[in-house]
Amino acid sequence: MPVIEIENLSKTYRVYQKQEGLLASVTGLFRREHKDVHAVKEVSLKVEKGEFVAFLGPNGAGKTTTLKLLSGIIYPSGGTARVMGHVPWEREIAYRRRFALVMGQKNQLWWDLPALESFRLHQQIYRIEPQQYQETLDELSELLDIGRLLRQPVRDLSLGERMKMELAAALLHSPDVLFLDEPTIGLDVVAQHRIQQFLKKYQAQRQVTILLSSHYMKDVAALCQRVVIITGGEIKFDGSLSGIVDRFSGQKLITLQLAGDEAPKNLARFGQVVEEQLPKVKLRIDKANVPAALAQILDEHTVEDIVVEDPPLEEVIADLFSQVQTPVGND
Amino acid sequence: MLPRLTTWWTILRISLQERLVYRGDFALGTLMRFLPIVTQIFLWYAIFANLGTGVRITGYTYEELVVYLLLTMVARAFSSMPGLASTIARQIRSGDIKKYLTQPVDLLGFMFLSRLAHKLAYYIVAIGPFALVFFLCRNYFTHLPDAPQAAAFAASLVLSFLLGFYLEACIGMVGFWFLEVTSLLFVYMLFSFFLSGHMFPLDMLPQPFGEIVQYTPLQYLAFFPAQVFLGKIEGWALVRGLLVEVAWVTFFIVLSRILFHRGLKRYSGYGG
Repeated sequence: MPVIEIENLSKTYRVYQKQEGLLASVTGLFRREHKDVHAVKEVSLKVEKGEFVAFLGPNGAGKTTTLKLLSGIIYPSGGTARVMGHVPWEREIAYRRRFALVMGQKNQLWWDLPALESFRLHQQIYRIEPQQYQETLDELSELLDIGRLLRQPVRDLSLGERMKMELAAALLHSPDVLFLDEPTIGLDVVAQHRIQQFLKKYQAQRQVTILLSSHYMKDVAALCQRVVIITGGEIKFDGSLSGIVDRFSGQKLITLQLAGDEAPKNLARFGQVVEEQLPKVKLRIDKANVPAALAQILDEHTVEDIVVEDPPLEEVIADLFSQVQTPVGND
Repeated sequence: MLPRLTTWWTILRISLQERLVYRGDFALGTLMRFLPIVTQIFLWYAIFANLGTGVRITGYTYEELVVYLLLTMVARAFSSMPGLASTIARQIRSGDIKKYLTQPVDLLGFMFLSRLAHKLAYYIVAIGPFALVFFLCRNYFTHLPDAPQAAAFAASLVLSFLLGFYLEACIGMVGFWFLEVTSLLFVYMLFSFFLSGHMFPLDMLPQPFGEIVQYTPLQYLAFFPAQVFLGKIEGWALVRGLLVEVAWVTFFIVLSRILFHRGLKRYSGYGG
């Protein structure tokens, strides 16, 4: 049975529309125009136990809204969802004890106190047995390398350190399902990498079901076997990372290393010349034409080396995102 | 039950610790709260001094008035909730309220315990100045309550704490609809300042105002406890007064729950 089951889930926000200027502000006191924003449109999804799924999409695509719906923070406008058999927005205590939500932009720890105090509070509100609490805390401190920071007030920690603490706090009760909303936002490359490494290791050990939303490709490529692309509140793709390239890119990237002082002979007729730095030439050619083009090129040139590859994932996804003209929803 | 108690204890302890982080601010804030009462006493002193000795203003001598003001100060130490409504409204607006929706902890229960901790911290520091002021004015206390009156006074203080908490919590919950509650809060503060009897004894008011203010819940925040201490409400009237206060407390507990529930239905998760 799937851990997460979503069917035709929709969320529409009513947003107050304010025109520019003072006059509009005054009339806005009496009469307000609202616009319906469809943040999530009839999304259906099934996630099995132990899957690590990435929600990928531009800002305002509906990723965060979906995670909010699944954590029961907001009510849907339509559709159903079940997580481990619970309806999230009923907010049963039994459900709350079994999942965790970490938001990269939100702080759940007590700002002025050491993280250890927040952890102790979590031990109480999640009813974690003392022995299990100590074991989990030791394990998390080691994996995240936070042992020496536990007694420092949270306000004195760096952003990266704080994110580690947030993760530790969220994982103390060993949730079965974990929702991560942009967990690496604002972090430097090293800190991002550390968080990724940790998540990877933790997920492999515990077989937790994780839903991660991000617009950093690196997060996704490092962590997730399955990618769900959301734009404009709708699911555009659901499958493996490599599947994205197969599905959305009809082209191959060909790099030629020409011999000696060999000059390229009108290569543009095969496709787009991306880069020409002799003796190296990079071409973008439609997949269907690749065999014929290669034969012709080899026939006309002396070539030392050929590399045929898929275009970089970032490019494919950037293309995909930019196809959506008007981003909607709030993020 | 036991795990629940230890949870409560942990919340209480951690709130207390947080309260004591900014020691300077806390100490200053606590001591500064004595300034208004000092100005009030001087004000009434000036008024009475101008009218001559032994004068009564609407039945109060100078000494009785000072005693009344000191007693309302004690009552306000229980019933006033600085920053409660604005904290709730800010959490709604900023989205920090999510914590209480996803973690197995109740917003109102949590707020209640941390407010209790704030109050305890306040009493520990304020008891010194309180004792000093009462000692200096000891000769003004011509009436001391007997045991039943003292018990009723204690009960009225506890009830005033509950009333103050849930009343302000309700105002904070309005944040679900308006996001910004500062003005509403200001209006409430203004009314509560006068109608709780914090400024002057409510029985000084001419009719029909004196009668009308008896029907608002605000009088229980200061006036009622002081009257109980002074023995001005006795017997059946005292029992009835306490019962009405219990009814008000129940009303605001239920109202705060309803507002929270309805508010969440409206809540669309502002702020990321």
